[in-house]
Amino acid sequence: MSAGSGTYAPKPGAAPLPRMIAAQAALETRMLLRNGEQLLLTVVIPTLLLVLFSAVDIVDTGEGEAVDFLAPGILALAVLSTAFTGQAIATGFERRYGVLKRLASSPLPRWGLMAAKTASVLVTEVLQIVLLTVIAFALGWSPHGNPFSVLLLLVLGTAAFSGLGLLMAGTLKAEATLAAANLVFILLLVGGGVIVPLDKFPDAARAVLGLLPIAALSDGLRDVLQHGAGVPWRELGILAVWAVAGLSAAAKLFRWE
Amino acid sequence: MRSEPVVQVEGLVKRYGKKTSKTAVDGLRLVAQAGVTAVLGPNGAGKTTTVEICEGYRRPDSGTVRVLGLDPFREGPALRPRIGVMLQSGGVYSGARADEMLRHVARLHAHPLDVDALIERLGLGSCGRTTYRRLSGGQQQRLALAMAIVGRPELVFLDEPTAGLDPQARHATWDLVRDLRSDGVSVILTTHHMDEAETLADDVAIIDAGRVIVQGSPEELCRGGAENTLRFSGRPGLDCGSLLKALPADCTAAEMAPGSYRVTGKVDPQLLATVTTWCAQHGVMPEKISVERHTLEDVFLELTGKELRS
Repeated sequence: MSAGSGTYAPKPGAAPLPRMIAAQAALETRMLLRNGEQLLLTVVIPTLLLVLFSAVDIVDTGEGEAVDFLAPGILALAVLSTAFTGQAIATGFERRYGVLKRLASSPLPRWGLMAAKTASVLVTEVLQIVLLTVIAFALGWSPHGNPFSVLLLLVLGTAAFSGLGLLMAGTLKAEATLAAANLVFILLLVGGGVIVPLDKFPDAARAVLGLLPIAALSDGLRDVLQHGAGVPWRELGILAVWAVAGLSAAAKLFRWE
Repeated sequence: MRSEPVVQVEGLVKRYGKKTSKTAVDGLRLVAQAGVTAVLGPNGAGKTTTVEICEGYRRPDSGTVRVLGLDPFREGPALRPRIGVMLQSGGVYSGARADEMLRHVARLHAHPLDVDALIERLGLGSCGRTTYRRLSGGQQQRLALAMAIVGRPELVFLDEPTAGLDPQARHATWDLVRDLRSDGVSVILTTHHMDEAETLADDVAIIDAGRVIVQGSPEELCRGGAENTLRFSGRPGLDCGSLLKALPADCTAAEMAPGSYRVTGKVDPQLLATVTTWCAQHGVMPEKISVERHTLEDVFLELTGKELRS
């Protein structure tokens, strides 16, 4: 590269859109898998909870094998950890460090960046679900039900948590997002029917907690996978409302800098 | 070189804050032709706001902005592939390696530069597997510069590209800017380093209080900004009145200290000849004769004052 050789002669142009989105999704996934705190949240904690609570009788999970109750809840937790907590924290710091700003002046359109983020979340979730399913089977899990209902629940749950995570990342400071996203993760883990059945709570609290997206996702997955229900309309409805509310609020309120 | 300006800003106004309504840019006019244009100004003068409006980050409150003939805010998708942006800081995933991030930005473009050659050229090869947050400030700056040019843009915006760099890295950056220019890439550069503007820029615009207060080539600005000065030494007590009579009308001549003389006026070869001729006629050997030119820094301080800004 020397002077006047024409090395830098302008030849501008955007890469084809699918290539840009694929490259962005691959980079975001690598960043996530390289981040120790994120892996703790998305892999280590769900795995530990699944193994620990299946093996040791700490919480009364009702009739049947503990793992049949726990596995659906842990799958819901995996979706929560990636689509909400992980995405909120990562996006909050990308905003803070000017990554979103820099990408905004690149040829990648904003919707393309969002599509890439979604693809990265989905790839991570697939990896989580494969890992957790294998472990659950090893622990004696015997799931039932309609796989399409399961898929629908996971997709709507991802949409709901993504909307809420991006809303948080796009409106709060990065440090506040870090603290709040972790706090919400713990509160929803305890109070969202993930490892503690909601019927352990008083009736009034239960009615409110049942409307949380995490409760709708874990109960919906449990209805199908543990009890063999067909389509859990109530839970899908709750998730759809959260998804629409969260994503539209994020679209309206998200600040890029 | 194209005849159409690469950046054309007319009557630009930008205010921040609803209550205080601080006016950051106040009726600014800036026309940048192909080549290297340096935008100078004290902190808070409106440089970054102006550049960020040109990059499409902010919407002007009023005025018109055209970059490569396009409206950056409304025609962003058409403009963005054609420009390169170097932010003042940040812009990289804290967990990404330098080569990884540069390769990524290259993938977003249709005809990127050879990434390996660019890494070599900017000395980023030594970053190895170090992630961005652990790179030195200089390495982070050079990566940001590489990211701005890797897509082979027509126009590059560099916001303080050498802030905090060591002399070697500064010169490497200057060489790269010169190569960009000679290959036909236009550059808009903001800087606090007057020597940087003087050495790189075809055109300099000085911004203060949200307006361009003067624009021209470094030579024009240094010439027009103030009178120039010629100094020489000789024996004490020379007749300055006699010297003054020999000089053109608007000059001054004075003995500043015993044996130390100063002539001010339009210093050109003719004036120098007049002074040395007068010395010869009076049997004076002018020692330490020197012509002082005003530097861009003198002009800058004269125009923007010496008080400290925010």
